[in-house]
Amino acid sequence: MTFWRNALVSFTAVFVTAVTLFIIGSVIIGNAFLSASLRELENKVDVNVYFTTITPESDILLLKTRLENLPEVANVEYLNRDQALENFLKRNNADASITQALEEIGENPLGAVLNIKAHQPSQYLSIVNYLNDQTENVLAAGNQSIIDRVNYADNQIIIERLTALTTGARELSIFVSIILIAMAALVTASTIRLAIYNSKQEISVMRLVGANNSYIRGPFVIEGVMYGLLAALLSVAALLPAAIWVTKATTGFFGGINVTQYYITHFGQIFVILLAAGILLGMFSSYLAVRRYLKV
Amino acid sequence: MINFEKVSKIYPDSSIALSDVTFKIEPGEFLSVVGHSGAGKTTLMKMLLAEEYPTEGQVLFDKIDVHRLRRDKIPEFRRRIGTVFQDFRLLPNKTAYENVAFAMEAAGRPDDVIQTDVPEVLELVGLPDKMWNFPGQLSGGEQQRVAIARAIINQPDVIVADEPTGNLDPINTFDVVQILKKINDLGTTVMLATHNKGVIDFLGKRVITMEKGRIIKDDITGKYVL
Repeated sequence: MTFWRNALVSFTAVFVTAVTLFIIGSVIIGNAFLSASLRELENKVDVNVYFTTITPESDILLLKTRLENLPEVANVEYLNRDQALENFLKRNNADASITQALEEIGENPLGAVLNIKAHQPSQYLSIVNYLNDQTENVLAAGNQSIIDRVNYADNQIIIERLTALTTGARELSIFVSIILIAMAALVTASTIRLAIYNSKQEISVMRLVGANNSYIRGPFVIEGVMYGLLAALLSVAALLPAAIWVTKATTGFFGGINVTQYYITHFGQIFVILLAAGILLGMFSSYLAVRRYLKV
Repeated sequence: MINFEKVSKIYPDSSIALSDVTFKIEPGEFLSVVGHSGAGKTTLMKMLLAEEYPTEGQVLFDKIDVHRLRRDKIPEFRRRIGTVFQDFRLLPNKTAYENVAFAMEAAGRPDDVIQTDVPEVLELVGLPDKMWNFPGQLSGGEQQRVAIARAIINQPDVIVADEPTGNLDPINTFDVVQILKKINDLGTTVMLATHNKGVIDFLGKRVITMEKGRIIKDDITGKYVL
C-alpha cells in the first residue's frame, strides 16, 4: 500500500484532515454551548401581569388558562396575593422602613401576579396584545379592568435587544461555521491532491498497461477513506482535552453548559458525524485528485 | 493489421507533427521507424495508443477505428498493445515482480495465473534471479528488460517500443534487441522507433524513415539511411 511508502505526505494529509474535523467538532460543541447560553438568557425574561387587589381569584385563573392555551406561551406562573407579599418581603427584608410601612397599612396592598414565559422573546409582543384585547373587552362591557399593570413596556427594550442579539448570534455562528468548514475542506482537498500528485507517474503507468479508470481510482479512494478514518480518531481524541480546558476557562460563565459533560454525553453522535465527514472528505478529495490525472 | 490512413497532426500553434502519413503493418511484422528527433516517431506511436488524436485521417487496428473508441473502451484496447519506453517507466516502489504482476492485475487476471506467469516471463527476459529487486537496484539494461516483460505479460498483439535502447550501452542494447527479436519470432508484431544504426543493420527488417512528420522512405529490408 502506498500509504506507508509515502509516510510523510500521508501523515500530513491525515493531520490536516484531523484539523478540519477538529474544527467541525468544535463548531458543533460551540453551537451547543452558545444555544444553551442564549436559552438561559431568554429564560430570564418574562412578562408580569399585576392584578388589582380586588380581582377575584377565579377571574385570574380563567385568564391563566386562556393564556396557557396560546401557542406562544411556554408557561404561566400564578402568584396569589399572599405569595406576592411574601416575595416582596423576602426581597426587601433588610429594609426596615418598608416593613414598617407595610405594618402601618395593616392589610396586603399587593395584587396577585401572573408571570408569563414565551417560547421565544419575539413572541411577547403578541401575548401583550392579547392581554390588551382582553382588557378592552372587559372595559367595553362596562366593567372595571382586572389588570392593574403589565410590565411589558419596562421589559420591552431588553426583550428587543435580546431578540436581536440571539438571532444575530445564531446567524453569525452559522456563517462562521460554514466558512471555517469550507476553508478546512479546501485545505484537506489540496493536501490529499498533493499526496496523490506523488503517484502521478504510477497513474500514468497504470493507464499505459490498460488499467480501467475505476481500477486506478480504487486504491486512492480507499487511501482517502483511511485518511478520513485516522483523522476522525485523532480529532475526537484531541477534542477531549480541549473540552476540559474550555470547561475550566468558562466556569462561572453565565448559564452555559459544562462542555466536557456535553462532549462525553454526546460522544457517540459527535464521533459518527466526524467519522462520516472525514471519510466523505477523504474519499471525495481523492476521487477529484485522481480524476485530474485520468484525463487522456 | 495496423493501418495508418492519411494521418496528419497539427498542433494548435500550427507546428506539424505528422503530415499525410499512410502505411500498413502486417501481423507478425517487425517494423522499425527511424528519423531525427522531432521527426514524428513518438507521435506516430501515441496515435496508435489513442494518447494523441489526429487532426486528419484515421488509424485502424484490425477493424477498430482507434480514435473513435469510447473513452471507457480505451483501457481494454490498450491491453492489446505492449509498450516499452526509453525511460523504462517502471514504478520505483514496486519490485520487478510487482511491476510485471501489476499489468496483469490491471487487466483483471486471476492471482494463480499471475503467480505462474510472472516468473516465466522474467525468465524469458533473463532476469529470474532479480525478481525481488526494486528498479533502483537494477542496471538500465535490466530495468528495460523488466519493462519488456511487463509489455508482453498480457500477450499483446503488438509491442510498441519507443527508443528502448536510447539509454543503454551497446551490450545492453544488443540484449534488448535480441529479446524483441525473440518476441517477434514467437509471433508478436513489433513496432520499434530507434536512432541506432547498428540495431537497424542487425535486424535487417522493414524500415520506415521519417523526416519532418512525413514518411520519406519505406524499405522492406532496410538499411539505416539518413
